[in-house]
Amino acid sequence: MQETMNILIVGVGGQGVLLASEILSEAAMNAGFDVKKSEIHGMSQRGGVVSSHVRIGPVVYSPTIQEGQADVLMAFEQAEGYRAINWLKKDGIAIVSRTALIPAIVTGSKQFHYPEDAIADLQKIVKKTIGVEADKIAAELGNPRLVNTILLGVLSNYMPLPTELWVDTIKARVKPKLVDVNLLAFNRGRGVRLTKTTA
Amino acid sequence: MRELLSGNEAVARGAYEAGVALAVSYPGTPSTEILETLADVFPQVYSQWSPNEKVAFEVAIGASIGGGRALCTMKHVGLNVAADPFMTFAYTGVNGGFVIVSCDDPEMHSSQNEQDNRTYAKFAAIPMLNPSSSQESKDMLVTGFEMSEMFDTPVMLHMTTRISHAKGIVELNDVVAGPNKKFIKDPSKYVMIPTNARKRHVVVAERMEKLRHFAEETPFNVVENNGSKIGVITGGVSYQYTKEVAPDLDYLKLGMGFPLPMKKIEQFIKSHDRIFIVEELEPFWEEMIKAAGFLQVEGKKYFGALGELSPIRVAHGLKEAGVISSVTEPVYSAGDMFPRPPVLCPGCPHRGAFMALKKLGVAVTGDIGCYTLGVMEPLNALDTCICMGASIGNAIGMERVKGSEKGTVAVIGDSTFVHSGITGLLDAVWNQSNVTIIILDNRATAMTGGQQHPATGKTLMGADSPSLNLVELVKALGVKNVKELDPYDFDLVLNTIKTEMETPGPSVIITNRPCVLMPVRIMNEPYVVDSELCTACGACFRISCPAIAASHETNKHGHPKALIDETLCTGCTLCTQVCPPEAIMLKSHFVKA
Repeated sequence: MQETMNILIVGVGGQGVLLASEILSEAAMNAGFDVKKSEIHGMSQRGGVVSSHVRIGPVVYSPTIQEGQADVLMAFEQAEGYRAINWLKKDGIAIVSRTALIPAIVTGSKQFHYPEDAIADLQKIVKKTIGVEADKIAAELGNPRLVNTILLGVLSNYMPLPTELWVDTIKARVKPKLVDVNLLAFNRGRGVRLTKTTA
Repeated sequence: MRELLSGNEAVARGAYEAGVALAVSYPGTPSTEILETLADVFPQVYSQWSPNEKVAFEVAIGASIGGGRALCTMKHVGLNVAADPFMTFAYTGVNGGFVIVSCDDPEMHSSQNEQDNRTYAKFAAIPMLNPSSSQESKDMLVTGFEMSEMFDTPVMLHMTTRISHAKGIVELNDVVAGPNKKFIKDPSKYVMIPTNARKRHVVVAERMEKLRHFAEETPFNVVENNGSKIGVITGGVSYQYTKEVAPDLDYLKLGMGFPLPMKKIEQFIKSHDRIFIVEELEPFWEEMIKAAGFLQVEGKKYFGALGELSPIRVAHGLKEAGVISSVTEPVYSAGDMFPRPPVLCPGCPHRGAFMALKKLGVAVTGDIGCYTLGVMEPLNALDTCICMGASIGNAIGMERVKGSEKGTVAVIGDSTFVHSGITGLLDAVWNQSNVTIIILDNRATAMTGGQQHPATGKTLMGADSPSLNLVELVKALGVKNVKELDPYDFDLVLNTIKTEMETPGPSVIITNRPCVLMPVRIMNEPYVVDSELCTACGACFRISCPAIAASHETNKHGHPKALIDETLCTGCTLCTQVCPPEAIMLKSHFVKA
């Protein structure tokens, strides 16, 4: 990897955005890259938007991505994926979970509405959008909190990091009793790639 | 050993490596994780929360005078609280090394203002270091202690959100033992009566001269020569942003941001055709450099003085100045989207009080904490929020001028009340103000992640401690009307507020439900909506509970019926109390027809 690779991870407080970005960053560090990662937290755990910038390369300066320069936008919530699209660079990849979390401010509001199908809206603009049925897969595996590991599995297809580094980092970062199910989730994610039918 | 650490974690590691004897703080974003990491990872270092930043600073001063290395950390506005001991401690100087870490929050991600605390270093005439990465956060903390002892001064480590909360790779070192110091009686140094203080002010001025020489020599102030005719003077995270977008310019990176190395700066300016100063918020360096006679330097006119810098903001500034020819602009623009502001959690015990206050239409003076979120749509239940502890004083003043026809109620959390609300309440008693004060006691400093405080019965390091009894305290301050009640009982809250507002003299209502998130997540049996009974009136939507969403079913007017997310509902019952058709019931009571 000659140049810095930028991954923006977005979602809603409580979805596991920060853990996912930790696993990605540590795997990259263990692969020998320079890594910087920056997140917004504080008030975000009260249902607000959470974002985490991860930058990987030979030498990384800024801890944040320049707007319009993300190689990958990974969204844990479909409307949040659409909201953050301005960060994605031309020909960048958007990996977006079908998960829809409708905030109280929109419920019963005449002023705001939640998009019918945010992934379809995204696909009209960004050719390389991968809609991931992550909440459905997580439910099949019996734990709705697995959405983040499933998405990391999808992301791993597009990162220059060996599989064993991902596996080792997941093993080190999740609770022992959840390691097996997380590795299953990661592998399910790895099976999802950019094709015409994933949309 | 290399580890991926946030700036805050790196400071904690640095404290360990520097042999710090005592670390103290009051939690505040973005500084909180420094002490949390110390307590969690380095229990060898004694660390504690104090009730507020002024006390924290005073505790740290005592440790330093007693001979130990002392670390005191806080968010930017925390130093306003601690400014009184801070300014005078700059006169006395230290015994054991002393570093104050000021974590500023440009862009106000979680703050009420975005003051630039570099100014405080200049104000107090103490040296200031400003790291630009996690590695430097650790290195500069360790050097900061050495400088503190060398120059007999407190040292400021100036961090910002993007340094505190960004992670980078850090090389770990072994512990370097600090000097073995003991307390030595020296009132002329530590007792700041005017005759002593006048002499110490001379010492401060002399110290500043020595520090100016040191600034010329420290390797933290480093020139990077890339053969450019354009030079950039910068530091902190601004250095990283500028390197990102213009790596080939020449740089003078100020790791020590006050006092400035003016000779080095002069040399740098004279050897370049143009000089830009890139710094976040105030033109702190720009003004000092211009005041030294170098009027040609350029800065704020291209980069602005408001909000957080970013790579693209720096790039736009450099383009406008004609330094770079183009900026890679974003190709996609995000469409119009609903907002997703932070809200009170499902089951939050503050919700009941805010619903009642909204219904009463009174003026509500607010304070700093989770409950500040009561200002958001659709609760709209707060009218002021100034600083920690301000709500009670604000209410006293407003009530005295009869500002609100419907009366005034102050709301304040338990941690905030202990931090700086007690003296406000004492004022209300002393001057017999007719204010009603609601202490929203959720048994935690919840906004910053659930830290302990004097009423929680635990210390930072996990030891049991006596728990402050708020009811007894309030009575001891002289409040006659004290009511403790369950905030999930909406009618009780509403009627108690009404009664207490009509009662002369100060009244205090204390709510008694703990935070639903900590120390353990509270999840009682969830409630469900019987869609056949639901009339889609929207009453439950207006309590702003994240567990209540619009269902796809509608009534004949097309209004959506309600749906409760069972994984989020904590069973707090508030929605059942406002539902006119009684369509909301316990899951186990619901029998589908």
